[in-house]
Amino acid sequence: MTIQTIKHPSRWLATACVLALTPALAMADGRGDYAREQGWDSPVPDMQTGMLLFDRLEYAAGDDEDSVDWEFKGWYGGDTNRLVIKGEGEHVVSGGDGGEIEALDLLYGRLIAPYWSVQAGVGYQLEYGPGPNHDRGFAVVGLEGLAPYWFEIDTSLRISEDGDASVDFEAEYDFLLTQRLVLQPRIGTSFAFQEVEEFGVGQGVNHVKAGLRLRYEIQREFAPYIGVSWKKQLGDTADLAREEGHDTEDLRLVAGVRMWF
Amino acid sequence: MKPNDILTADGLSRRRFLRSATSMSVLAALYGVGALQPALAWPRSGNLEAKKEVDGNTDIFRLTIDRTSMPIDGKDARPITVNGTVPAPLIRLKEGRDVRILVTNNLDEDTSIHWHGILLPFEMDGVPGVTFPGIKPGETFEYRYPVRQSGTYWYHSHSGLQEQLGHYGPLVVDPAEPEPYAYDRDYVVMLSDWTFEDPHDVFRKLKVAEGYYNYQKRTVQDLLEDIKSKGWEQTMRERAMWGEMRMSSRDLLDVTGSTYTYLLNGRSPADNWTALFKPGEKVRLRVINGSAMSFFDVRIPGLKMTVVQADGQDIEPVPVDEFRIGVAETYDVIVEPNEDRAYTIFAEAMDRSGYAAATLATREGARGEIPERRPMPERGMESMGMDHGDMDMNMGHGDMDMGRNDMSGDMNGGVEMAADASDPHAGHDMSGGSQALNDDHSGGMNMAEDEPSEWPLAGRKISHGHDDHGPGAAMVASNPQNRMSDPGIGLESTEDHKVLVYDDLRARAPWPDQREPEREIELHLTGNMERYMWSFDGKKFSEVDGPIRFHHNERLRLILVNDTMMDHPIHLHGMWMELENRHGKYRPRKHTLSLKPGEMVSAQITPEHKGDWAFHCHLLYHMDAGMFRVVSVA
Repeated sequence: MTIQTIKHPSRWLATACVLALTPALAMADGRGDYAREQGWDSPVPDMQTGMLLFDRLEYAAGDDEDSVDWEFKGWYGGDTNRLVIKGEGEHVVSGGDGGEIEALDLLYGRLIAPYWSVQAGVGYQLEYGPGPNHDRGFAVVGLEGLAPYWFEIDTSLRISEDGDASVDFEAEYDFLLTQRLVLQPRIGTSFAFQEVEEFGVGQGVNHVKAGLRLRYEIQREFAPYIGVSWKKQLGDTADLAREEGHDTEDLRLVAGVRMWF
Repeated sequence: MKPNDILTADGLSRRRFLRSATSMSVLAALYGVGALQPALAWPRSGNLEAKKEVDGNTDIFRLTIDRTSMPIDGKDARPITVNGTVPAPLIRLKEGRDVRILVTNNLDEDTSIHWHGILLPFEMDGVPGVTFPGIKPGETFEYRYPVRQSGTYWYHSHSGLQEQLGHYGPLVVDPAEPEPYAYDRDYVVMLSDWTFEDPHDVFRKLKVAEGYYNYQKRTVQDLLEDIKSKGWEQTMRERAMWGEMRMSSRDLLDVTGSTYTYLLNGRSPADNWTALFKPGEKVRLRVINGSAMSFFDVRIPGLKMTVVQADGQDIEPVPVDEFRIGVAETYDVIVEPNEDRAYTIFAEAMDRSGYAAATLATREGARGEIPERRPMPERGMESMGMDHGDMDMNMGHGDMDMGRNDMSGDMNGGVEMAADASDPHAGHDMSGGSQALNDDHSGGMNMAEDEPSEWPLAGRKISHGHDDHGPGAAMVASNPQNRMSDPGIGLESTEDHKVLVYDDLRARAPWPDQREPEREIELHLTGNMERYMWSFDGKKFSEVDGPIRFHHNERLRLILVNDTMMDHPIHLHGMWMELENRHGKYRPRKHTLSLKPGEMVSAQITPEHKGDWAFHCHLLYHMDAGMFRVVSVA
């Protein structure tokens, strides 16, 4: 992956789209000779579908400020090749201003093993208000899937347009208390290979995040929840935060809804 | 055009007559006002038979496919109907005659009818994209074929997801020669599953949200109860196994009673279809599973059922208390209710999430007691198709099929297994053992003279290819088993409650072709629940190149290995599969073979009819997901 490629995210995007949306290139299938001669359609054509999941859409009340936090994932495609869009961020609604789109990724995903898909594409980050906006683009390579014991794993390597590299990791698990009441712990962390002062990123482990949410699935598609989310900045990142006069630890009560279409 | 179906409300088999003008005019009146009135469902009692025209040696039927507003379980529904009803009217044919069936498509999409289990010229088999282009909207297609077999069958759409919308009906072929059993009344009992959702939505939900319809998953509560009853260590060991595999032991049916209303002859339990009898009469029930996705466990509390046919083929009678019927299978049973009372025909979904029910009674309106629903069973080790040695039991033998009845649903079979394993001739003694086991329950049948046949697959080494079938297969059965004496998950045969198993099926007479198979074809049933991918050998229909090739009139052994955690009913069009169970040359022949998880079965086949034939899992959404192949006979 060269810097040049990163400078042209549109090329990445175009490749990803073509790969995800083109049906299997070889047009062979299981049809018999007779059906082929006649030019009949496949008796069981592959289904292309997609979904849009708001995994978190929540009001997060902290000591000093409240925010609306969000995380979504959408995909479209078949069983093997998919176009994936993911995003995560927060918007301060009281006790401060501004917010952040931590990540907004457009990826091509490919199933490589029964529970695992690799994803590659472009990402975007934006910090806005109260000061001037900062943003940057990334090349992203990720691995997403279901680990043994049903841990949902999402991890990615990100290289910014300035060549700064970082690794993200997130895991979550669903405890079924009843058929509809689900307790979901999640943890996340991030490691940066270089310091990026503009975005408050120090070298090394940036932070650990943990959340615990209790949702009730009124329908599978619609589940309100309450919970807590906690984040602690570590190492150089924590030092940078202190220099800026920010707390390095943040605990919030959250209430929101998980929903998908 | 429509008032051409006949009510045979009394089920009298040998004296079927055009019912009185009264019911005809009632019918005509109902149809006459068309869409304003709800369409006619099947009658409360008896079967609805399609009207037949006779032209020399040919019987002619006219069927019209519509989208019709009618109530199902008392709620507004808009199913696909054949001559205005769900299920479609009973088509009654006669062995030795020819048939012409004119099918008119009034839908705004293509449709088709497949004659399930009937051997016919392949162009008449009715599978769009395989044997013909389908029936376009507004078009009439004429099916025409000779009828050279008898028994209970059915017919259904093979287009898209239309089966889920009600496009199915019974087909009975009366034999040319008298049958070797007697009965006074004859009823079709057609089981099905109805959803008020659009089937395409159902399919999409299965694709995007694994376990969407399962509201019987394991909870923290179940874990605590297991720890209490089995102890910490055992519970953790079991959970670790399932956890490592990322599989659910409670995943029995993909689509459940959370969306399905289970129907019997088109009627919900509340709508109470009724089969009438007089005490002392013998009643033949032709049970057909016309579901899209549901296996049923069928019983009539208080009555023994004698199974006389499987998939339309006569078998040695087997008295049972219950039988599991896979999707697309048929079983004919004869019951002899002696008392003047109401019996409940109870068909419980395999996962216990719901049931279909009807009444066998001396008068309409009577109602038997509805049995209590049983708890959802959980899958145990046997479903993994593993060497029992893999389960920390340290045993060398893997091919044993003993003690399986004790193994269903729990993992405590180790003691018995260990004893068997110590026997150096375990493999042989096993089949003898299961013979004895079955004889205990065969109720007067003289099976003892029957030399149990050795299982042709015993000791077979299974290969899953270099990559274990790739991303399309979430698991492989490292050591698939003979499970033909296993009644299946959640069922257990006891002294007082005999449950039918495949090893009970014994043909009346050996089939004509007794050549040894010259060739073997092994296919694996594979899937990846997470993305709802279903396939053979890890490859969906869209991923394989061309059909499976059979040679005309060769003798072939088809071996099926279930590498998944689900039960799959595998249906082969155009030729019989002679199931190699313990009955040697008295193999029962079937059009649909249900495989349990981790099971391996084999069938002998003579492809007598040239052409392209569909071969697929008869779970509708599995088929549509790609668990489908074409078999080309040339």
